[in-house]
Amino acid sequence: MTGMTKKRDYSLVGESTRRAIETGLASAEWYHTDVSRKAIKELMQRSDGPAIRDTVIWIVAILASAAGGIYFWGSWWCVPFFFVYGLLYGSSSDSRWHECGHGTAFRTRWMNDVVYHIASFMLMRNPVTWRWSHARHHTDTIIVGRDAEIAVMRPPDLLRAALAFTGILDFRYSLPALVRQAFGKLTPDEKSYVPEMEQHKAVIAARWHVVIYIATIALAVYTRSWQPLVLVGLPRLYGTWHMVMTGLLQHIGLADDVVDHRLNTRTVYMNPISRFIYWNMNYHVEHHMFPMVPYHALPRLHELIKHDLPEPNPSIWHAYREVWPVLLKQLKYEDYFLKRELPPTARPYRGEFHDVNMSAAAE
Amino acid sequence: MADWVEACAVDDVDEEDVIRFDHGGRTFAIYRSPDDEFFATDGYCTHEQAHLADGLVMDDIIECPKHNGRFNYKTGQAKGAPVCVNLRTYPVKVEAGKVMIQIG
Repeated sequence: MTGMTKKRDYSLVGESTRRAIETGLASAEWYHTDVSRKAIKELMQRSDGPAIRDTVIWIVAILASAAGGIYFWGSWWCVPFFFVYGLLYGSSSDSRWHECGHGTAFRTRWMNDVVYHIASFMLMRNPVTWRWSHARHHTDTIIVGRDAEIAVMRPPDLLRAALAFTGILDFRYSLPALVRQAFGKLTPDEKSYVPEMEQHKAVIAARWHVVIYIATIALAVYTRSWQPLVLVGLPRLYGTWHMVMTGLLQHIGLADDVVDHRLNTRTVYMNPISRFIYWNMNYHVEHHMFPMVPYHALPRLHELIKHDLPEPNPSIWHAYREVWPVLLKQLKYEDYFLKRELPPTARPYRGEFHDVNMSAAAE
Repeated sequence: MADWVEACAVDDVDEEDVIRFDHGGRTFAIYRSPDDEFFATDGYCTHEQAHLADGLVMDDIIECPKHNGRFNYKTGQAKGAPVCVNLRTYPVKVEAGKVMIQIG
């Protein structure tokens, strides 16, 4: 262990940013498992079928649960319906946003765009700024000072992480951010990853979102009922827990400032319901290595390259049990991280690329 | 006057696919369309340094492997975020089973 812990600066225009650029960590060449062109080409193939099927199921389930919630409004029987509705609205929208943002869910571009915009609205995410922040996340995954989507920073704020399950923090950030953007104001961080020629689009998108929320609030006031808000907006609070539960596991407790997704990203085996909600993003190392592969082909990609990846966590529960002690250690020593073991069939980690951080892993 | 350079043999590129061609310190991408025509563009995505030859060809679109940015490889036109800058294209001809590109 070294006593040279350096405070991480997570702003995207600060000291860590400068260091990441100077050391070549920004926009670096990342490790990829060898896969033949033929095999990866086959896996990358797009089709509309699986996503249309899943989207029809998704929309029907959203409408049915909303209808049940409205029908039983005023009695406790509405609770299970809103539980399902919230889950679909506040959590599964994240994976739809993600996959359609990549343009891999459907073969047809406009289908990706339509679902992307609907899901962005559900999540209170500006569809323009978030598209660019996610591009940055893929370029510089968990590179401090570059990645705009680091969910749990070091040292970890455990209260904040726990509150994330309620959606309160996201809600508190997202809604004011949309209002700010609607007034034409982008932060320096946002300006660092949204190209100038795209920034006006972010403002227009934010205005649309804000108009819909104002209309929803007006309807709630007019009808003197919470119902419009429980259906639009508030699911971002009460339905977000599954998105956080699965999403946090993507990178939490693993290395930062490395250029090998096997070191900073986690694959977790999950139950079929969570996989439907999450659209197979539990195969997250695979997704980061080959973001062109659609969600429905990720299990096949996993089978193809698992010999070169750390053993996946067998369950969500197992993954959290693994993460918890790492977070506790990071409270005292923020350079600590979990270095996951590779199977004997894997190509080794390139330690020389990650000298600083590799020495920080205690096991 | 720009030179015609032999990039590859016709059979080196599968239908609806792309390969990389390096020449003179530059990288190009050579495409074979579904209707068996050949095209050439710069080899790197205009968004970030990624080889388009690792991407996916769908009809007349090449999708970048890194951020899924899309270009029309016949015209070079960027088709939307995260790519905003068009791709440079090059004239192509096929002679005696060889794909030739004119590099300016």
